[in-house]
Amino acid sequence: MQQENFSRQILPDESYNSALLENAHPPAWRNPEPRDKYNLVIVGAGAAGILAARAAVMVGAKVAIVERDLVGGVCLNLGCIPSKTIIRTSRLYAEMRDAENFGAQVPTGIKIDFPAAMERLRRIRARLSRFRGSAQQLSAIGVDVFFGEARFAGSKAIVVDNKTLRFRKALIATGARPKSPAIPGLSEAGYLTNESVFDLTECPRRLLVIGGGPLGCELAQALARLGSQVTIVQDDPMFLGNEERDAAQILSDALARDGIGVHLNTQAVRVRVQGKEKIVDLVSDDDKTTVTVDEILVGVGSAPNVEGMNLEAAGVEYGAEAGIPINDFLQTSNPRIYAAGDVCSEHKFPHIEAAAARIVVQNALFFGRKRLSSLTIPWCTYTDPEIAHIGLYVREAREKNIPVKTFTVLMHEVDRAITDGEEEGFVKIHVKEGTDRILGATVVASHAGEMISEISLAMASGIGLGALARVNHPYPTQAQAIKMAADTYNSTRLTPALKWIFRRWLAW
Amino acid sequence: MIVVDPRALSDEALLDRIQRAAFGYFLQTFNPANGLVADTTRNGSPCSIAVVGFALSSYPVGVERGWIAREDAAQRTLVTLRFFWNSAQSEKPDATGYKGFYYHFLDMQSGKRVWQCELSLIDTALLLAGVLIAGVYFSGSTQSEAEIRELADALYRRIDWQWAQIKSTLSQGWKPECGFLHYGWEGYNEATILYVLGLASPTHPLPASSYSAWTSTYQWENLYGHDFLYAGPLFIHQFSHAWIDFRGIQDRFMHEKGIDYFENSRRATLMQREYALHNPHEFEGYGENCWGLSAGDGPGNLTLRINGRQRRFFGYSARGVPYGPDDGTIAPSATLGSIPFAPTIAMSALRHLIERYPEMTAEHMLPSGLNPTLAGNGHRCWTPADYFGLDQGIIMMMVENYRSQLIWKLMRQCPYIRIGLQRAGFTGGWL
Repeated sequence: MQQENFSRQILPDESYNSALLENAHPPAWRNPEPRDKYNLVIVGAGAAGILAARAAVMVGAKVAIVERDLVGGVCLNLGCIPSKTIIRTSRLYAEMRDAENFGAQVPTGIKIDFPAAMERLRRIRARLSRFRGSAQQLSAIGVDVFFGEARFAGSKAIVVDNKTLRFRKALIATGARPKSPAIPGLSEAGYLTNESVFDLTECPRRLLVIGGGPLGCELAQALARLGSQVTIVQDDPMFLGNEERDAAQILSDALARDGIGVHLNTQAVRVRVQGKEKIVDLVSDDDKTTVTVDEILVGVGSAPNVEGMNLEAAGVEYGAEAGIPINDFLQTSNPRIYAAGDVCSEHKFPHIEAAAARIVVQNALFFGRKRLSSLTIPWCTYTDPEIAHIGLYVREAREKNIPVKTFTVLMHEVDRAITDGEEEGFVKIHVKEGTDRILGATVVASHAGEMISEISLAMASGIGLGALARVNHPYPTQAQAIKMAADTYNSTRLTPALKWIFRRWLAW
Repeated sequence: MIVVDPRALSDEALLDRIQRAAFGYFLQTFNPANGLVADTTRNGSPCSIAVVGFALSSYPVGVERGWIAREDAAQRTLVTLRFFWNSAQSEKPDATGYKGFYYHFLDMQSGKRVWQCELSLIDTALLLAGVLIAGVYFSGSTQSEAEIRELADALYRRIDWQWAQIKSTLSQGWKPECGFLHYGWEGYNEATILYVLGLASPTHPLPASSYSAWTSTYQWENLYGHDFLYAGPLFIHQFSHAWIDFRGIQDRFMHEKGIDYFENSRRATLMQREYALHNPHEFEGYGENCWGLSAGDGPGNLTLRINGRQRRFFGYSARGVPYGPDDGTIAPSATLGSIPFAPTIAMSALRHLIERYPEMTAEHMLPSGLNPTLAGNGHRCWTPADYFGLDQGIIMMMVENYRSQLIWKLMRQCPYIRIGLQRAGFTGGWL
C-alpha cells in the first residue's frame, strides 16, 4: 500500500532545516510492517512519547510510536529549544548594551544581526534533533516508528497509514497546539505563534505580543532585545497567571526596562490592516488605545490535540478545551489507554511530560500504582531574570489551611549576585509554620532555573529547610541564597529561652 | 523657621511646625462653598475624596491645638457633610457618587466626577473615616454639631457595601462605562479600614468571610532577618493606622503570628531603612537616614544616563521595597508618617533630610517626593513643585497620634469601628 503523503517543509528551506527534517521527519521514510501485537503503542513523538518509548524498549517491551509531524514535538522544534537559543543571543546584546554597568565599554557599532541569530537557532535545533528527535535513532533502539495520522479502531488497535497496530496498552501524547483568540480581524490580518515565529528571517520592526504567559514574556523580551519595538498586552492584572505577585512585578519592571510597552489588564479587541500595517485596538476597562505594528505574536495558551483520532471508538473521553481527563495513574476513561503531556496536563512543560511518561511506562507495563500527584515538579520561565517555582504557592497553602511562613533572601544580599551584577530577584522558600517542611519555593534570579533544582531535590527527598543549612555551598555562588534562607530558618529557632540557656552555658 | 536652623528647634517644636504646615494645606485648598479640598496645590487640581477624609480628621486636631476655632471647624465640617449628603448619587457618569460611594476625583466647584475616574471603595472609606471622626468629635449641643452627627451617621448608613462585593474580596472600584474594575487588589494593603467599615454597617454589611478571604492572600515573610506581613509601599503600613489604634489588638492572622499590626508597621519601617542601607540600585543619598519608598510624586517618566548608568524615573507612583519600583525617589511624608511606630529612626531621618536638603522644606511642608539622584541646577535633589493632600494628611494625623493619640482616642469611641474590628475577628487590648 502507498504511504500517506506527509511531506513536511520547515521555513526557511535551507541546510539546517533540511538536516532537521532528515531526523524529525525523514522525507524518504517508509513505515515498517507492524508486528502482531505491541505492548505499548504511543501516539505522538514529542517529549512524553519519546521518553516513554525509550523507557519501554529498555525493559524489553514491543513498542510502536506514531507521529504525524515532527519527532521531538513542540519542545525541540517549536518551543523550548528554539526560544532558548534566541534568548541567549538576546541576553548577549542586552549585556553589550549595559556594558557600562559591568565596568566595560559599550562596543562601538553594535549592529544586531537578526538573521545570524536565527541561523544559530536552526543550527542548534538541527544538531539536537540528532539526539532528541530522530526517527532513525528511535528505530535503531527497536521502536517501530510510523509517520501518519493515528486513528483508533476500537479499544485495542490503532490504524495509521492503512496499517493496523494492535496493542495491549496505548499512550496518547499528542500534545497541544496554539490557541487562536477570538479577536475580530486577527485571522484576516495574520499572526505568528510559536509554530511560525522561529521561521522568521527578519526581525519585525514593531511587534505586538498578545498574552503574558511564559511564551509571550520570553519572546517579547528576546525580540525586543533583538531590535523589535515590542508592545505586550495581558488581560490579567499581572504576568504569568498564577505566579507570585512579586515575581510578576519584577518581570513587569524588567520588560519595561527593555523598552517594551507593557499593557496589563488589557485586551486586544480588534485588528485591521492598513497597507502593510496591522492596527490593533486595545481596551483596559474603559480606556481605549490603538497600536500599529508590523507583526502580531499570539501566545494565549494552547488547545489539546484530541481531534481526528476517533477516540470515541476507543472509549476515551475528551473535551476540546480540557483535553483528555485522566486519573492519578494517568489512565483515561479506558483504563488500557493512558495519556500524558500537554494533551491532558494543566502544566505544559516538557519535563512534566517526561515525568508523567515514566509513570505511564511503570503503570502500564508493570501494574505499577505510581501516582502523578506524588511528583514535585519545578518549572521555569526563561525571561531575564528567570522565574522558577516548585510546589505550593502561599495562597494554595492557605486555602488548604496550612499556616505558611516564607523565608526570603534577596539576590542583592548575595555576594556573588552583586559581583555578577545580577541582583534582581529573590529566593523565597515557603515552609509550614513551626516546622521546616518545605511546601514550595519561588526563585527569581538570572539563573533561577538552575537554582530551583536544589530545592526540588530537597522536596523530593523529604529534606527540610533546617537540614539544607548543613549543605555546604562553594563561596561565592548565587545558589548560596538557598543556604542563606536555611540559615535564617535556623536562627529563628533560637527562642529567647534557648538564647538564655546558651548564654549561661557560655559564661565561662 | 525650620529652614533657617532646624537644629535650634527641639523635636517637639520641629514636629509642631511641620504638623501645622500640613494642617495649613487643608485651609489653603478648601472650597468654602462645598467643603471640598484639592488633591494637590497644582492649579486646577480637582478634589480627592480621600484628602477630604484627611481634612475632616484634621479639623479636630486644629481645634485642640488652637489653630482654628471650634465653630470654624464645625462650619467647615458641616458644609462638607451637607455637600456629600445632597450631591447627586446615580449611575450617571457625571454624578458625585453612587450607592453611597463617591468618585475618587471631583470638580472643586461643581462636585461632579472628573477625569472619568472610578467610584472608589478605598477612597470612600478614607472619606468616611473622616466623616465618622467628625461625628464623634462634634458632640456638642449646638445645632451645627447635632447636624454633623446626624449627617455623619446617615452618610455611613447609605453605603451599599454588599453591592461592591462581586467576589469573595472587594473590588477596587466601579465605573459606569465598564462596571467593576478587575485590577488585582490582593495581599496586605491599606484596605483594613475599608473592610472594618464595611463589616460594621447596620444597613448593608459585608460578610465576615470577606475579611478572611482577603487575609488569606497575605504573605508572611522573613525579610532581612525580620518576620513581617509584607507590603512594599510604606503608606500601606500607615493609612489604616492613621485612624485605628492597632496596638494590642489582634485578628486571627496576627494572633497566629504573635504580634499586632502596629508592631508589623514598626518592622515594615525597619525594613525600609534596611533596604535603603543595601541600596541595591546604588541611588544617591539612600542610607540610614534617607529611606521611605511609598506612593508619591516622582520626576516623571524619563530615561536618563547618569554617571554612566541608564536610569528610569517615574511620575506619581507607588514605590515599594524590596521589589520596587524604585527610581531613587523617597516619600518624606511616609518617612515621617512612621513616627508612631519607630519614633527614634523617623525623627533622625527627618532631621537628616531637612539638614541635607534644606530646599525640601522651603514652604514648611514636606514634599511628595525627593530624589537625590536627580540633583542639578544648584539643587542637591529633585523635589516636585506642588504639594499633595494625602502627604500632608498622613503627616498631620501620624504626628498627632505620636504626640497625643487624639485621632486614635476619638476613633476608639466610634461604635462602627469597634463593631467592624470585632466582626473582623479582632480581640484583646482596648476592644
